[in-house]
Amino acid sequence: MNQQTSGTTDTWQLWEVFVRPGPGLEHKHCGSVHAADAEQALHMAREVYTRRQEGDSIWVVPSAAITASAPVAKGELFEPAADKIYRHPTFYQLPEAVNHM
Amino acid sequence: MHTPHLTYIARLADNALIHGQRLSEWCGHAPILEEDLSLANTALDHIGQARMLYTHLGQLDGSGRGEDHYAYWRDPDAFVNCVLVELPNTPPAAATATQGRDFGLTMVRQWMMGSLMVLWWEALTRSTDDTLAAIAAKSVKEARFHRQHARQWLVRLGDGTATSHARVQAAVDALWPYTRELFAPDAVEQAVTDSGVGVAPATLHAAWLADVQDALAQATLQQPPDSAFLSDGKNGHHSEHLSYLLTDLQSVARAHPEGAW
Repeated sequence: MNQQTSGTTDTWQLWEVFVRPGPGLEHKHCGSVHAADAEQALHMAREVYTRRQEGDSIWVVPSAAITASAPVAKGELFEPAADKIYRHPTFYQLPEAVNHM
Repeated sequence: MHTPHLTYIARLADNALIHGQRLSEWCGHAPILEEDLSLANTALDHIGQARMLYTHLGQLDGSGRGEDHYAYWRDPDAFVNCVLVELPNTPPAAATATQGRDFGLTMVRQWMMGSLMVLWWEALTRSTDDTLAAIAAKSVKEARFHRQHARQWLVRLGDGTATSHARVQAAVDALWPYTRELFAPDAVEQAVTDSGVGVAPATLHAAWLADVQDALAQATLQQPPDSAFLSDGKNGHHSEHLSYLLTDLQSVARAHPEGAW
């Protein structure tokens, strides 16, 4: 790879790709692509992630725009929920008619 | 049997097959992974169009021959694709076909052909040949994406760095003379226009040129001057490149006739 090419691809952003499998469903994260801008990211995402009719709508988001929780903060963020079983609505007896809720 | 109707469909089919084969040469060699998938997708779109058209041809000419006959068992002078699609993915000055593979040149061709095929397939959705109209309705959607994809690369490369600008301008200059053939008036195209089966690309030239000039301007590229050179692949007069391409394409089928796996 020559200088010119590597210099260019190094500056390409990473984009997270979200695909909606069908109308009424939510967009789901399915991977990422490298692209120089949003329009190109959409094109790349279309080619990489919807070749087999996986969806009918695509979102692309710059990976840098996503703020993620830190893995080391897992303890204080998520573990306190482990012993709060009363937060699950499993103790309520639902009427027969809505049993599949 | 060579009626204008059959020849016209053979031209569309051969254009699609040969362009698809050229694009497929990028498989595993594209500048980035995403584009590798994209080029292979586009190649398969073209080959898919060729398959439908060849199958239709085998029914129309009464021979009942399948798509493989047309792709694998005809020699170069029986092919009626335009020369533009058979040219290698290398600029004319490149030493060898694989060493000098130029992504910009491939995109320029895809954009030139894509721009025409969008107009051509759109017109063919009104063909009196119902099968051809159905193939056109499917293909026009593919062509719209091919054109859009190639155009954004044209603009990126043309309006990019000094190197990318120079390379893509050289590609435009190299391929431009071959676009004349696409619109050259021709007895076959006139006959299918009269019968309602087809449309002469000559009638699409103004719309094509407007689209092309719009893209060139956005890409900060110059439109090359028109030359007197006129290629004539659509009547079977090809460049030396087609026979090499077909040798590659046909070698397995010819080494193992009727092989199945």
